[in-house]
Amino acid sequence: MTLAAQVARQLAARARWRPLEIVFWLAALASIFLLPSRHLILTEIAILGLFALSLDLILGYAGILSLGHAAFFGLGAYAAGLLAKYGLVGEPVLALFAAGLGAAALGFVTSFLLLRGSDLTRLMVTLGIALILREIANRYDWLTGGADGLQGIVIGPVLGAFAFDIAGHVAYVYSLSVLFLAFLAARRLMNSPFGLSLRAIKGNSLRASAIGIGVDARLVAIYTIAAGYAGIAGALLTQTTQFASLDVFSFERSADVLLVLILGGTGYLYGGLIGAVVFKLVQDALIDVTAQYWQFWIGLVLVLIVLGGERVKRLAAAAGGRIARLVGRRPKLDAKAP
Amino acid sequence: MLTILFDGIAYGMLLFVLACGLAVTLGLMNFVNLAHGAFAMAGGYVTVVLVNRLGVPFLAALPLAFLASFVLGALMERTLYVHVYAKSHLEQVLFTIGLVFMSVAAVDYVMGSQQQFVGLPAALQGRYDVLGVGIGKYRLLIIVICGALTAALQLILVGTRFGTRLRAAVDDRRVARGLGINVDAVFAVTFAVGSGLAGLGGALGAEILGLDPIFPLKFLIYFLIVVTVGGTSSITGPFLASLLLGIADVAGKYYVPKLGAFVIYTIMIAVLIWRPQGLFGRVTAR
Amino acid sequence: MPDLLSIEGLRAGYGEAVVLANVSLTIAEGSAIALLGRNGMGKTTLIDSVIGVTRRFGGTIRLAGRDITPLRPDRRAHAGIGWVPQERNIFRSLTVEENLTAVARPGAWTVPRIYQLFPRLAERRRNLGDRFSGGEQQMLAIGRALVLNPKILLLDEPLEGLAPILVEELLGALRRVFREGVSAIIVEQNARKVLDATDRAAIMERGAIVHEGPSRALAADRQLLETHLGVAGKSQGRRAPLP
Repeated sequence: MTLAAQVARQLAARARWRPLEIVFWLAALASIFLLPSRHLILTEIAILGLFALSLDLILGYAGILSLGHAAFFGLGAYAAGLLAKYGLVGEPVLALFAAGLGAAALGFVTSFLLLRGSDLTRLMVTLGIALILREIANRYDWLTGGADGLQGIVIGPVLGAFAFDIAGHVAYVYSLSVLFLAFLAARRLMNSPFGLSLRAIKGNSLRASAIGIGVDARLVAIYTIAAGYAGIAGALLTQTTQFASLDVFSFERSADVLLVLILGGTGYLYGGLIGAVVFKLVQDALIDVTAQYWQFWIGLVLVLIVLGGERVKRLAAAAGGRIARLVGRRPKLDAKAP
Repeated sequence: MLTILFDGIAYGMLLFVLACGLAVTLGLMNFVNLAHGAFAMAGGYVTVVLVNRLGVPFLAALPLAFLASFVLGALMERTLYVHVYAKSHLEQVLFTIGLVFMSVAAVDYVMGSQQQFVGLPAALQGRYDVLGVGIGKYRLLIIVICGALTAALQLILVGTRFGTRLRAAVDDRRVARGLGINVDAVFAVTFAVGSGLAGLGGALGAEILGLDPIFPLKFLIYFLIVVTVGGTSSITGPFLASLLLGIADVAGKYYVPKLGAFVIYTIMIAVLIWRPQGLFGRVTAR
Repeated sequence: MPDLLSIEGLRAGYGEAVVLANVSLTIAEGSAIALLGRNGMGKTTLIDSVIGVTRRFGGTIRLAGRDITPLRPDRRAHAGIGWVPQERNIFRSLTVEENLTAVARPGAWTVPRIYQLFPRLAERRRNLGDRFSGGEQQMLAIGRALVLNPKILLLDEPLEGLAPILVEELLGALRRVFREGVSAIIVEQNARKVLDATDRAAIMERGAIVHEGPSRALAADRQLLETHLGVAGKSQGRRAPLP
């Protein structure tokens, strides 16, 4: 067998749908019909999941540490809001694309700032960009409403046919569909040679460039795509809530999405989605008890994840090794451990 | 005009005292401590409680604020931080963000979310008028205290064996260890002192910077700017960066209030792109 | 003579990689041993393992009868190990004098004695170490290890990249140090340079010691040199210094 054929077969094997994945999406589909009263929170979960998925693309696949991913989320949110408010694009799906493109454009431009430098530099640059955007949204209050937020947004019916309803049924089906399509695209991309080369870069960028992988071009590409995804997530939030505020750019949002992704695990695409489900359900449960101090528990979880991480990882590795021995296969690298 | 310069210098020196501990922890252990501001906040709140509720004189409360944050820093370092040094930057970031969130919520719970003011003695209020330049008494105090601290730090760093060992450890942690320097102990002391200084800065700065539970988040970016622009190979770098930042921020808010903090963030990103090792950091191929 | 350093069944490496398979080596008190071998055979890993900066998988290291394997690197240094690292690793933001005083411990080797040994360092005691030539950095690195007043010096390729005249100067200084009873391991790729400065020699190959004996005997044994170290007597291709 030639090398090319081997690679193609390996890629195909990676791309094959596993039963668990199908179950996951069937469950998501079922939630539309089985949990009609929970559609509001399910919508939030879908949006957060998409946002975390976009962070996974850069953190889990390219190893870029970002503390300002909310920049793109916020840009998408405001773009969708402004497009609707000023009647530029009335149809939500088109507006969604426009907002995603806008965020992707910002991602493309700013990605060049991240090619050099250490983790700390990247962290600072991403944080700085989010702060700058927030500052801009705050200053140009004649356009954005400043600290009061962007109000008076009226979103037209999806595809001109399905108007948003107060119970959020349309919003959920719409958000879930967007999430699913975005996920499909990301899955395809990550199982392509491009996705594999990203993993090589994350593993060792020096070696990757030595074997002829254009590191810079790939990082720019994935960062642009991830920014577009985050923009779409932000736009979804505006469209489903008919409101956008400065809060979309906040540091807490960037930090939260990091937590969501870490909760679910990086580098296998489902981490962001699973993390979003867990995060929102726990938040929903805790918010009744301690609404105001919810942040304390987020913080505690973060600290515990890091401090207990080694132990969890070792347990997972031990369990993985045992199962692998039982099945008689070599253990795979554990992708879930943070 | 000179008043703005004066205020800017006071602000900058305050930032230096707040952030210098972060510069050392970052340089020594390559550790990203985003929770540094929480120690500053602790000092600020200790002062508020001491002065406003217990009637301790302001100047007597300052050393206590240092002490409180020093002890807090030492405890946290020995119990929690030691487990995180060897971990990846991602984990360090998650861990310290977690601490920030916890401190914000905890302070909110205990003290409430409103802004706190420290009751300054009358002698520190008002301003002198020197040749037409308004000199705020309180800002003068800040400059005197922070200036003295900076000089003392420099003396310790250059003139004592501890300082020499600290610099050796920053230069090359592995070799310093192999040659008998107990880097962990050096670091623990530095961390505690840095936290204490942040606490003192928080106490002094409560009046100027505003003190509320989100203090660690609000000023995180300022601390990081000081460290990244100033570099971590000496304390002169962060000192100059703090002064520049202080003056630029005060002047910017006075002359171009429309732009707000925009200028500073942009400059920071430009510096990071232009010289990732910091404006005053030495170019070292490590 | 009693054993000063004895390494028994040492297995060590970095991360998951085992570089040293099973190393045993004994150094008598007052003896200087040349540790020879081609590039990548595990010489530096062995030195690093004695310092304590590698990962140990098994075996013990004893210094003057005391098991030092559980000790951290800084404790091992206090126990009597003086390290001269491969890249010299002068503390760049410290002056020459500070480089010495930062690590000095009480004993016969004081800072003034280092200046006697290497007068060049005395002339430049207030200069920063990073402006130095390779030879001067090497002198400083050796001086820095000596002021720890170690029982044994571990010199990792101290002659690498130095001009012949400097090699002679350094070897002369080292002989004087050895005469005062300091033991040493000198790692070197080029056997010729160090065999007449040491009294014993060991050869490493693929993470194990394959020969150990008197230096003089090895210097005369062309075949042994040929087998393990390549063309006897000729200088080999130097390892490129790390960036």
